[in-house]
Amino acid sequence: MAPLLSIENITVRYGAIEALHQVSMSVDEGDVVALIGANGAGKSTLLKAIVGQVPLAGGSISFKGEEVCTSAKHKKSVPTHLLAAKGIALVPEGRHVFADMTVEENLDMGAFLVRDQEAIEKKKEEMYDFFPILGARRKQKTRSLSGGEQQMMAIARALMSSPHMILLDEPGLGLAPLVVQDIFQKIKLINEEEKVTVFLVEQNARLALKASSKGYCLENGSIVLADSSQALLDNDKVRAAYLGE
Amino acid sequence: MTTLIQYLQYLLNGITLGAIYALIALGYTMVYGILKFINFAHGDILMVGAYAGLFIFTFLLGESTNAAWMLIAFFIAMLLSMAFCALLGMFIERVAYKPLRNANRLAPLLSAIGVSFILSNGAAWLFGAQSRRFPYPFDDTPISIAGLAITPHQILTVLVSVIMMVVLTVFVNKTRMGKAMRATSLDQSTSELMGIDVNKVISLTFAIGSALAAVGGILAAFDFRVYASMGTMTGLKAFVAAVIGGIGNIQGAMLGGLLLGILESIGAPLFGIPSALRDTIAFAALIIILLVKPDGILGKNEREKV
Repeated sequence: MAPLLSIENITVRYGAIEALHQVSMSVDEGDVVALIGANGAGKSTLLKAIVGQVPLAGGSISFKGEEVCTSAKHKKSVPTHLLAAKGIALVPEGRHVFADMTVEENLDMGAFLVRDQEAIEKKKEEMYDFFPILGARRKQKTRSLSGGEQQMMAIARALMSSPHMILLDEPGLGLAPLVVQDIFQKIKLINEEEKVTVFLVEQNARLALKASSKGYCLENGSIVLADSSQALLDNDKVRAAYLGE
Repeated sequence: MTTLIQYLQYLLNGITLGAIYALIALGYTMVYGILKFINFAHGDILMVGAYAGLFIFTFLLGESTNAAWMLIAFFIAMLLSMAFCALLGMFIERVAYKPLRNANRLAPLLSAIGVSFILSNGAAWLFGAQSRRFPYPFDDTPISIAGLAITPHQILTVLVSVIMMVVLTVFVNKTRMGKAMRATSLDQSTSELMGIDVNKVISLTFAIGSALAAVGGILAAFDFRVYASMGTMTGLKAFVAAVIGGIGNIQGAMLGGLLLGILESIGAPLFGIPSALRDTIAFAALIIILLVKPDGILGKNEREKV
């Protein structure tokens, strides 16, 4: 079976700087895949490339067998706002909640492409059950939420469109260890119970590899290691460079 | 000596003027909220709106003096003028601003000033230099209430402005596209991730702002007549009102407009400012606001939680 997301030899440049160099990777349907790497390795750039927010200088990206991003001159990439309709949802780094809007309005925005009001209301109730704290704060402006609550809100907002695949950019960044554990617990449930494929980008390598079945390691814009997460956890290089052992 | 009644009269006139400023300020603030760009051609849109309204109104009226038809014709003219300006606003955005969206921040600003000159000079060339009177759609004899002289066109101005602002408030807070507009002004790239077509939202913003400017232009025409450069000073003052209220903030534009109108009307007699210097009041207020609270009255000091 063809992978759900397949990235083939993509290169991304910011001016003269090459942020990604011929990166290839794939994510299978139903899987949790982790991408680890240091600050500045190009992790966020890779996610932005997948959702079409940075142009490709080379290579292509396919989702569900359809080429969605391309560097070819004669072909057109799918614009970001239409990509959402195809079932990809990104939870951006730093959460990017709509701070001046209430929790409920944020969730409404997550369901922007859903035209059935009844389905939206049902999905919102599901989210409030899944993240009870959001239910309690539904009428509050998102700026008044704590960092962990904002992260949960950003994840719930991404789930509102019932995506096939969710991309998470540093979901644990800047949060207390207990909150991070809680969020990773939820991510596991999203994958196992909601059957959403997860692509997880994390600096916290141990956490990411433990939560995933397959892992990639990105260094200076190139994939340097690709293996099952368990194998990466046992890998000497990974242990030395990312796990601090 | 200026008596209390006289001050109340100034206040009343100020509210009327302020309602017009508010309508126009909304266009500046909504566009700024999303694009962080001051549309300096916005004032000239109100001039186009006033001309369009005037021509459609006189055409519909013909020789008729029927009171009911006059009022109906006025509202039809207003709605058609709104539609025309909405299309014009979207067209201007498409040809003069959109291609410059990723250019230097100064480029769209200069482009806007260019559009402003094209519109005002074009109108002067097409319609001549002399100003035209905008006929009242009713007998505008002032009504005397408790010593105050209220003209029907003042009532119309306030009524129409309030309706427009209520409709706009409901739109941005309750409807799907309205919320998408707010989301886009808060965070454009995240809005895209939600599936919001940012280009469509920007077009819509220009359409709404320009339609409101058309209404503001028609209402302003009752007091200031219709002429090619009528948008310059009124537009500039509405911009000042938007800054005073907190640019980017919709409630701020409404509040800033109202305050500026009242200040202009009451300020002259209150502070003994000669009427020839009346226009300086707005700009003095702008300087004071910029010094004391640069973000405007309702503007927020944006500090992101990281």
